[in-house]
Amino acid sequence: MAAEQKQIKNTLTKLLGLVVVMFVFAIWIMPPLYDLICEVAGLNGKTQGQYVSAVEAEVDNSRWVNVQFVAINNEGMPWEFQPNEFSIKVHPGAATVTHFVAKNPTDRIMVGQAVPSMVPSNATNYFHKTECFCFNKQTLGPGEEAELGLRFIVDQDLPKAVKTITLSYSLFDVTDMSSSEVESKAKELQALQTNELSILTEFVPDESRNNNVHVANRMQPLI
Amino acid sequence: MLITCKRSLALLFATSLMLLPAIGFADGWQLNMTEGVTSISKEVYGLHMTVFYLCCVIGVFVFGAMFISMFLHRKSRGVTASNFHESITLELLWTIVPAVILIVIAIPSTTLLKKVYDTDEAEIDILVTGHQWKWQYEYLGEDVSFFSILSTPASQINNEEEKGEHYLLEVDKPLVIPVDTKVRFLVTAGDVIHSWWVPDLAVKRDAIPGYTNAAWTRVEVEGVYRGQCAELCGKDHGFMPIEVHVVSKAKYAEWIGAKKAEVVAIAEASKKVLELDELMATGEEVYNKNCAACHQADGKGLPPAFPAIAGSAIAMGELSGHLNRVINGGKGMPPFGEQLTPVEAAAVITFQRNSFGNNMGQLVQPIDVVTFKQGQ
Amino acid sequence: MAHGPAKGITRWFFTTNHKDIGTMYLWFSFAMFLLGGSFALVIRMELFQPGLQIVEPNFFNQMTTMHGLIMVFGAVMPAFVGLANWMIPMMIGAPDMALPRMNNWSFWILPFAFALLVSTFFMEGGAPNFGWTFYAPLSTTYAPDTVTFFIFGVHIMGASSIMGAINIVATILNLRAPGMTLMKMPLFVWTWLITAYLLIAVMPVLAGVVTMMLMDIHFGTSFFDAAGGGDPVLFQHVFWFFGHPEVYIMILPAFGIVSAIIPTFARKPLFGYSSMVYATASIAFLSFIVWAHHMFTVGMPLFGELVFMYATMLIAIPTGVKVFNWVTTMWQGAMTFETPMLFSIAFVILFTIGGFSGLMLAIAPVDFQYHDTYFVVAHFHYVLVPGAIFSITAAVYYWLPKWSGKMYDESLGQVHFWLAFIGLNVTFFPMHFSGLAGMPRRIPDYNPLWADWNMISSIGAFLFGAAQILFLYIVIRTIVSGKKATDRVWEGSHGLEWTVPSPAPYHTFTTPPPKEDMQSY
Repeated sequence: MAAEQKQIKNTLTKLLGLVVVMFVFAIWIMPPLYDLICEVAGLNGKTQGQYVSAVEAEVDNSRWVNVQFVAINNEGMPWEFQPNEFSIKVHPGAATVTHFVAKNPTDRIMVGQAVPSMVPSNATNYFHKTECFCFNKQTLGPGEEAELGLRFIVDQDLPKAVKTITLSYSLFDVTDMSSSEVESKAKELQALQTNELSILTEFVPDESRNNNVHVANRMQPLI
Repeated sequence: MLITCKRSLALLFATSLMLLPAIGFADGWQLNMTEGVTSISKEVYGLHMTVFYLCCVIGVFVFGAMFISMFLHRKSRGVTASNFHESITLELLWTIVPAVILIVIAIPSTTLLKKVYDTDEAEIDILVTGHQWKWQYEYLGEDVSFFSILSTPASQINNEEEKGEHYLLEVDKPLVIPVDTKVRFLVTAGDVIHSWWVPDLAVKRDAIPGYTNAAWTRVEVEGVYRGQCAELCGKDHGFMPIEVHVVSKAKYAEWIGAKKAEVVAIAEASKKVLELDELMATGEEVYNKNCAACHQADGKGLPPAFPAIAGSAIAMGELSGHLNRVINGGKGMPPFGEQLTPVEAAAVITFQRNSFGNNMGQLVQPIDVVTFKQGQ
Repeated sequence: MAHGPAKGITRWFFTTNHKDIGTMYLWFSFAMFLLGGSFALVIRMELFQPGLQIVEPNFFNQMTTMHGLIMVFGAVMPAFVGLANWMIPMMIGAPDMALPRMNNWSFWILPFAFALLVSTFFMEGGAPNFGWTFYAPLSTTYAPDTVTFFIFGVHIMGASSIMGAINIVATILNLRAPGMTLMKMPLFVWTWLITAYLLIAVMPVLAGVVTMMLMDIHFGTSFFDAAGGGDPVLFQHVFWFFGHPEVYIMILPAFGIVSAIIPTFARKPLFGYSSMVYATASIAFLSFIVWAHHMFTVGMPLFGELVFMYATMLIAIPTGVKVFNWVTTMWQGAMTFETPMLFSIAFVILFTIGGFSGLMLAIAPVDFQYHDTYFVVAHFHYVLVPGAIFSITAAVYYWLPKWSGKMYDESLGQVHFWLAFIGLNVTFFPMHFSGLAGMPRRIPDYNPLWADWNMISSIGAFLFGAAQILFLYIVIRTIVSGKKATDRVWEGSHGLEWTVPSPAPYHTFTTPPPKEDMQSY
């Protein structure tokens, strides 16, 4: 009997171990593993992070690739968000610079995060971004407009069948998750405001009152 | 006896299914998948029928053997059971034969899937965005963008009026594409996951926030094709249809030209000053189409998720706050600044401020909306 | 010396007896089956004709969600665990389960899990309304607040399943009577051993996925939220990594039941016992590498689609082996058609039809047309209702005389079978047609194009529901006033469970049974 109980305990321990392993697998292994597979295989069209290469790329002048840009606003994101141009023809290997335009029409500081996606997904590993606004959160003050830069190189090894690459950015409102960005922006704006004010008071003291109102208006639209 | 009855029933089902292509139902008793209007959809249909017939043949063998056995090897017929219970030959046979059949199916499936995935070199690119609960179409590079919303009146849904032929499959502004042209759909979503499906095009792609999926079509026959959202996306998942109008290339050019002119016309209309009854009439229409799904036709909402308009602090408060909520959204409500023209926005705000017992007696003009948007 | 059961209600609260616990599992699952069934009837009532009549769309979504959750986790899984509790110790000649106290806990936390889940109906926000597959972000960012109760409910029922599975594995591996080698075990024990391993492997993954949801909702992580660097598609991968093995968890024990019943009534040994064991193991293995066939439309790369399509098609092979084995078992037998046999034969036929539609669904390019339509609903109901429900019903008729010591009324049993068989086919066969004709699933209202098929489905559903009430009546009548059953019960029955008296004494096999009683059959 005692031997049997020991065996049962043994089985129980092993199986509980398996349960723990599978739970850990689900939460701590699967998500990073998924990200890794996505990155290696270019799965799901998720583009990679910043591209750094020691070797200067060679430009393939014999071939044109059409690169398209798409801007998408997620729900509850009131920014005006557009690519500067819908499509550019590029040679593989040539570094190209373009930008998106974003404007925050609201009366508060907002933080946006652009999430990239690429069609076709098998082009993902051949599209290198050396600079991109999607690497970081973007903070815009009330009414502020910004040009969001993007610099990329299409790899010379891009499969021949791919003639069009579409890069889309979905813009998400992440203000709620970004209190530090909002704070630093608020400080920046305040500094700007006091700075302007001090300049104004110094040079045109007579009109300081009016100007004061003017600045306040611009910074905090009466909405 | 009952057993044979069951067999004939099964046979009836099987034969009725096999007759499908010949019959071609159009009314309520449609049995089979549509053949569709693209080369892909026809190939999909063909593959569907091939696999189905294969299943029927296998079924005839398996069920046939079963029914013969049930008839012949009954104890009531005085048989005695034999005792065989193993045969390596048989086991190998029914492992290998299905494997061969599967390979035969896998080959055309692979070829077809490759074609479905070849989205390159499209002549027209359309960004399709799923929202709770409407579709947005943006003709990329053309500056044409609009929302497409269910146009079936609530009275039909609530059984107060007879249902039309295209009940729940009709929209206010359909998607228009030219015939014989490779059109690519870039499918994404703004909130939850949706799925853009038009059976006649054999296109179904999930619309996922943060993702852009691609699908393509080249429609061979002009006509109107209808579909629905195919992924559960919340309350009104069943009420966000798709309507695609496939027209001649000339008509398409005309249509897209008109759409672009519309942008100018909207700007013109925004400058007009409108009367109260005009605003109220348009406002009610806009409200029922865009707001009633959540805030309800009686303005009482579905709290706590969807607050009431009747007596709401926003509709009864400062105009700027009301404009801000409608145009920029907030507190879970999507922004409507892009979706509504200034006339529509002004009308619906006027309507909300002067209905459901709200009595602000205030007119909002399109120009107020334009000024608000510019002032931001 | 063996004791009898304790007196009064405390017998049930504190029991560690596998038969008592098995009985409680079975009654609990039947109650859940009726509850989940009544939700299905609300759905069918609303879909009886186009237009909104009975419920509003949000409540409709709550119905579809709760129907799925309750049927999967409340009806089918506990019923199989109940059968395992009753039968596995008796089949392998063990005195009880290996971990009797854990057995008590694993049952008694279940009612709390479902009370938690059902209580959400009475809360602000209502019950879960995001489908039983609860795809993020509909179930996270856009979910009602009650989702937290749903998460805890799933945690508790997951813990219950895991404990039950551990107990079953521990019992089978350690408590077999001397002489009961692995390859002599009845197939029901084999299929449950494999199922239990599947449960232990994937229930923690389900716990993981709901934990990630919980963290996303309440603790600011972004596993599934694209805005914070997460990915809603990851949810689907993790969910279906659990979900597909889960589907087999609901069908493998059914294979075991049918493999016990068909030989009994064909009076002939099961054909290809060892190939049955290997086929079950292959199905279990394949279940881990096919999950993404539920996601053909999410936009996986071509390579991914192809791999999952091929892997899915492979499942047809071991499943086919099983069906062919059953048919060959019947071949040249001397068959009689008592109620358990009728349900088992219907199982083989209808499950095979579900398998055919499964093969069709595996073809990725065609799946673009089937996906999320009523064709899929027809497919999985053809697999689950005749698969899980019919096999459980067959098992109850087959073993009820052993449990209660009394025989059920054969003609009532036959009536029940025909009602259920006709009801099922009338309900679910037309769904193939409405699905192919283009009707999406999970919609409360639809175009009149699909009205006729829906009306037929609704009528069938009520017939099927009525059949289950008759089932309840038959079982109660048997227990109360059935005729005395013999120890062997069936002429063709083989196996250790038939060597003990009917009803089975409170304690069986306190001394191991003689080896002559154990032949693989």
